[in-house]
Amino acid sequence: MGKIRTRYGDGSPIELSESELIEDLERGTAEAAERGNIPALSKEELQHLFDIFKAPYNFVSVEPGNEVVLSYDAATLKIRRVGVNVDRIQALQIYEKLFGADTMELCHVDYSFKPIKPIVTMERPILEQALLSTHIPLFYGAMPNLGLYSQPDGPYPNPAELLPQGKIDEAQASYEATVDSAVRDILYASNAMRESGADGINLDTVGAAGDADFQASLIASQKMREKYPDICIELGMAGEFILGMHSELEYDGVRLAGLYPHDQVKLAEKAGVTIFGPVVNTNTSETCPWNLSRSITFMKACSKVANIPIHVNMGMGVGAVTVNDHPPVDIVSRASKAMVEICRLDGL
Amino acid sequence: MALTHAHASGMGGMRAAGDLVARVQMARGMRIQEAKAYVAERLKVSVSELTDPVIMTEIRDDLQIGLVTPLPGCAKGIEAKFRIAEVLGVDINCVQCFKDRTA
Repeated sequence: MGKIRTRYGDGSPIELSESELIEDLERGTAEAAERGNIPALSKEELQHLFDIFKAPYNFVSVEPGNEVVLSYDAATLKIRRVGVNVDRIQALQIYEKLFGADTMELCHVDYSFKPIKPIVTMERPILEQALLSTHIPLFYGAMPNLGLYSQPDGPYPNPAELLPQGKIDEAQASYEATVDSAVRDILYASNAMRESGADGINLDTVGAAGDADFQASLIASQKMREKYPDICIELGMAGEFILGMHSELEYDGVRLAGLYPHDQVKLAEKAGVTIFGPVVNTNTSETCPWNLSRSITFMKACSKVANIPIHVNMGMGVGAVTVNDHPPVDIVSRASKAMVEICRLDGL
Repeated sequence: MALTHAHASGMGGMRAAGDLVARVQMARGMRIQEAKAYVAERLKVSVSELTDPVIMTEIRDDLQIGLVTPLPGCAKGIEAKFRIAEVLGVDINCVQCFKDRTA
């Protein structure tokens, strides 16, 4: 029996025997099932994954009819990041006309709502001009990024300095203050972009600063929905579970710390989010089969309980995509196909 | 990576009907099968034809809802989005803004 060529989570190549591949797929789903208290993948689903990894092709794809909608975070930023010297409207046209994108996102290189606030009057005309010349749905996106609100970057005492000193109450008070400020900034920029014609607002990398970050995003989403009942809000996560940096914050009576995607999506729905983007992080020291099996177990549970469209995050370092600046086609296409077909997703 | 996903599992954007299905998801909160069925019915095509770039190019040309290769005189940009809103029966925010500013 020949070896199966695949990779570790950092992208480095590895060859597995069939039995090693099966073992990694079984270990990956078991790990997710135990952590998330969710069902493991069935034998049929594991067999489908096995077949996808065993296929002797560089590139694989979904079967016709299983295609899904693609949305993109930080889209215009990624064109500039690789040194392609086009402006942002040109970048959007590249996504629309050359990349086969179903939606796209305008963003600023300083990709957080706080720095967007003072320059929003410069951002709005760019969005308005882009909307005149493009066809596909256009989001405006940024991160809540509550890390920017504590000293030395912001006005509030730094919880990361207070916590090691045992100043728990002071650290929690600081987190609570940052939530109020972040909600104001998210609403200021998002409402402005909505008034300029944006098709949707993307809150990206939500939860990066922990439970306060998630709470601020849910509150901002709820307020946006109240102000604009027909607005489209996409909420994309930063990691697979909510870090309990404050540890006692709640939304709608639910403690946020430690929530996994299948619980996060329920709160997103309550807050009025239109599209939810869950995340499972890639483990660089495990194989891609292990990572994909684990990731799909979480995403399947999330998609099953969701009543809103689910666009799983599958960029570099998440969704079993390798942690590498140039994710290999063999792994990205396998992860893309398997995730869509097994989880019955609405998008990526 | 964006290109890999687009080829592996994407709907093809405005080469086909990916942007239209996305608009319905965004406007109505529909999940993928419901959104595809809705768009197929509005365009009077089968669901499987939504990702066919040859068939969809003809349909997009007929309906004037935007083409990857813009022919002379065809609806482009915001012009096409006026038509998309009408064909799909959904509100498009920038179209409404355009109407408000030019009224």
